[in-house]
Amino acid sequence: MDLKEIFLDLLFKASTDLSPDVEDALKNALAREDDDTPAQGALSTILKNVKMARESGTPMCQDTGSVLFYIDLPENTPEKPYLEAIDQALKDATRRQYLRPNAVDSLTGSNSGNNIGINVPQVHFHHSDQEDVRIRLMLKGGGSENVGIQYKLPDSRLKAGRDLDGVRKLIIDAVYQAQGLGCAPGILGVGIGGDRVSSYALSKVQFFRKIGERHPMKELADLETKVLRELNTLGIGPMGFGGKTTVLDLFVDYQHRHPASFFVSISYTCWAFRRKSATIKKGEVHHD
Amino acid sequence: MIKLQTPISESEIRKLKIGDEVALSGIIVTGRDNAHKLMVDEKPDFIREYLKESVIYHCGPVVRKNDRDEWEFVSAGPTTSKREEPYQADVIEEYQVRGVIGKGGMGEKTLQGLQKTGAVYFHAIGGAGTLIARSVRQIKTVFKLEEFGTPEAFWVIEVQDLPLIVTMDSHLGSIHQKIDELSRRVADQLLAGKL
Repeated sequence: MDLKEIFLDLLFKASTDLSPDVEDALKNALAREDDDTPAQGALSTILKNVKMARESGTPMCQDTGSVLFYIDLPENTPEKPYLEAIDQALKDATRRQYLRPNAVDSLTGSNSGNNIGINVPQVHFHHSDQEDVRIRLMLKGGGSENVGIQYKLPDSRLKAGRDLDGVRKLIIDAVYQAQGLGCAPGILGVGIGGDRVSSYALSKVQFFRKIGERHPMKELADLETKVLRELNTLGIGPMGFGGKTTVLDLFVDYQHRHPASFFVSISYTCWAFRRKSATIKKGEVHHD
Repeated sequence: MIKLQTPISESEIRKLKIGDEVALSGIIVTGRDNAHKLMVDEKPDFIREYLKESVIYHCGPVVRKNDRDEWEFVSAGPTTSKREEPYQADVIEEYQVRGVIGKGGMGEKTLQGLQKTGAVYFHAIGGAGTLIARSVRQIKTVFKLEEFGTPEAFWVIEVQDLPLIVTMDSHLGSIHQKIDELSRRVADQLLAGKL
């Protein structure tokens, strides 16, 4: 089992092969749009592009995103071999054009050229008493990251209080503000509670859920269903051209908060919703 | 679908209206943040002949060298145009550009610039990197590659039938403004719990 090859394979698949749940959601969206509209044209071009990228093994989007790994390891397993394998895999993936060089020095403006830099990539380890190793990868587009937003409740401008209806109002405002800029139709991750950092972290990890996967708690599942329906009445549509599909799905989760703070963080991902995962069980790799 | 070929005359571009679907062919130039800042700060002449009556494309491509040691575009969708808002109208006027390709649309200053010079904003399909790279027939030349890196360089490319939609025209029409107003009304009703 070559760890570098496992990471390289995940990077390749994430960049070039859109997951079936997302592709199906895009197909359903295409079927909903009216004939001869820019919305229909945009979705049909997107689906053609998805097919071409998969067939030719080239990045579906030239912005191959920020690289985020979430790795669950058994207790007492050293992290260093994983970090070294990731560095090698990123260098190879960039050289093979699975990834665009996307790590820029914030002070000098120079691009590292290999997707490695200070705190880049992000690797989040979690150790538990599980025997298996689980690796999850997300390639998060920059344009859609820019439309993410963090709010505090209450919000007087939106007349939003510290309850789920307040959260609903924030989500509607966020998507209105994003217009087509995040490469709509997008997918939202919403984190309720926590501090500024953990709130965004919770919103982002929602992106590992499958399209259509509702929260196990009924009140959050109901919120997801209701807000999804409402968002798609905004009329922003694919690319902001107008139309019936503004978002493909939204995933909400919550955590405890400090009494003084009520953060709600909204992460937006473009339709090129790239995430892949694999489990290493007794030395064998299983792709999810 | 309207077929357009660069160089594009002013009268041709002024015929276009928002909502028009266009297949663009000919020589165009990529340029994003560093390129726009340079064109406004230093007004370099090296890019002048390629931009005149042509189109600038907001794109930071994935590129590779092929077996013959020539550059090729691998993935080349549009990037967000709003970042060039402070520069775009000046670039259009200075270099007599007839079109801007990008995503997300641009603001009032650019819309005024499109009317003044005679140019339009074409929206490409965001994320359609592989499909758009296929419509790039040839890379003619590249400027500032060493200094700016591959995403930010000026790539002079020949495209064929690049699929685009006019979302801002030379008559102050903007799909982005219309959709913003429409969605604002719906959002207000949703916020008030009236829908």
